[in-house]
Amino acid sequence: MVSKYEGQKIDFINRRIISSSYFCPKHVFSKTSTSTLTFFQDPCSSHRPLRFMQITAVLLAAVPLGTAWRAGWGRPGSAQAGGGRHFACWRCGNWKSEVMAGKPKLYYFDGRGKMESIRWLLAAAGVEFEEKFLETREQYEKLLQSGSLLFQQVPLVEIDGMKMVQTRAILNYIAAKYNLYGKDLKERALIDMYVGGTEDLMGFILMFPFLSAEDKEKQRAVIVQKATSRYFPVYEKVLKDHGQDFLVGNSFSWADVHLLEAILMVEEKKSDVLSSFPQLQAFKRRISSIPTIKKFLEPGSQRKPVPDDKYVETVRRVLRMYYDIKAN
Amino acid sequence: MAGKPKLYYFDGRGKMESIRWLLAAAGVEFEEKFVETKEQLEKLVKDGDLLFHQLPMVEIDGMKMVQTRAILSYIAGKYNLYGKDLKERALIDMYVEGITDLMQMVMMLPFSPAEAKAKNLASIEEKATKRYFPVFEKVLKQHGQDFLVGNRFSWADVQLLEVILAVEEKIPAVLSGFPQLQAFKTKMSNVPTIKKFLQPGSARKPPPDDNYVATVMSIFNLN
Repeated sequence: MVSKYEGQKIDFINRRIISSSYFCPKHVFSKTSTSTLTFFQDPCSSHRPLRFMQITAVLLAAVPLGTAWRAGWGRPGSAQAGGGRHFACWRCGNWKSEVMAGKPKLYYFDGRGKMESIRWLLAAAGVEFEEKFLETREQYEKLLQSGSLLFQQVPLVEIDGMKMVQTRAILNYIAAKYNLYGKDLKERALIDMYVGGTEDLMGFILMFPFLSAEDKEKQRAVIVQKATSRYFPVYEKVLKDHGQDFLVGNSFSWADVHLLEAILMVEEKKSDVLSSFPQLQAFKRRISSIPTIKKFLEPGSQRKPVPDDKYVETVRRVLRMYYDIKAN
Repeated sequence: MAGKPKLYYFDGRGKMESIRWLLAAAGVEFEEKFVETKEQLEKLVKDGDLLFHQLPMVEIDGMKMVQTRAILSYIAGKYNLYGKDLKERALIDMYVEGITDLMQMVMMLPFSPAEAKAKNLASIEEKATKRYFPVFEKVLKQHGQDFLVGNRFSWADVQLLEVILAVEEKIPAVLSGFPQLQAFKTKMSNVPTIKKFLQPGSARKPPPDDNYVATVMSIFNLN
């Protein structure tokens, strides 16, 4: 996504865009919805300014900002200036009123479930987030009564002033916001297809902890069979055919994050499941060493462990989900 | 330039019906190739046409697309039915996903064993009237606009109309406590492309009958 302000010069007095080729595109320049100008020094998380360019921009901005102040507007960030609550990333044009709103906040059980893919994606995008764990029925009922859960369900993610529900909607939003969703409609289509496949595969694992011991054994075999005969061959072939490091568009995307997550989850069920998939083995190594992902894979991160009986008990208790779950 | 989209599926609603609705709503003509036997399905798999060996599959713009959601997102994006920005897209996604959950229950109903059908139908009614419809009733009431998102016709409106009609087929009075949804249903049904789709002779498929269930079961060896 290209910012509409890129290559634009701003007429600060009349608050109009003229042209501004002297601003480094990596700078974040902000314009509030009330048209008060504020200089925002921290870019959105996908664009880190080079320090010298940041200093340059401050110097360059000093003149027009000085003019703005003389015109009677408030200093940047001040209440008079409108508090600087709205920002646009110069590079990607995302309006970032959420910068003041803080980190995304995840509401879920203290365990993987449907929230784990969201944790992975935020982590991969280098986005810090907070978590609020549901441990009791009372907490869940309070959340229900507050009207925060659109369809009475978790996951819930507070992000950019929205209370988002529906895992897929949340993932789509994060992927698009942090430029992990391809560069055009066709790349997005590919990513959606690939993610649909890994989602189906992880779906077999999602309810695994809730199965009886006997069903668990059967399901383990189903998971391995689906992985090795239906899903892994697809991604193996995609990587082999184009010979690139990433699944789509020669560029790191949500599809890569999701596939790595799926691979690791299946390996937890059968450690040598990648033995006939050399491309996927290399892929796994490559993606695991991406700095944000490497960090997420280290102990102490927000990645959740393999679900245990305690997790199952918590979910059953909070959701009053006491019926038996059958394998699919 | 590549010709009309071509839909590969059974001759019935299932997961393809939402795609038919969306294409029709966007005014896009499409062709259909009905899979009637196990052999036909196996041939598609063998020819490498089905990425994950599954239907729906839609040939569109040079791609053999699979995964219902991916196909719908592509069509919505291409025909400007996906909102004007990221936040509208987020709303549309939330609404569509909720509606899909309800639609899934309706879709599975004909495949339930006889003894579970009544229970499943009651479950659909409960979820529709307590969980899903109240949400959209409230959305429409609060903004007072004709469409769910951004005062503009979108994928969310198409999907909501589809599920309302599908549930009404099973529970005719289901909209009785929802005046906004009743008005919404009337308005959306009169959108010209949708009105055309709702007329006899369109590509819209009838409610699943025993014949449809038997076809699907035999193709997947489920009987």
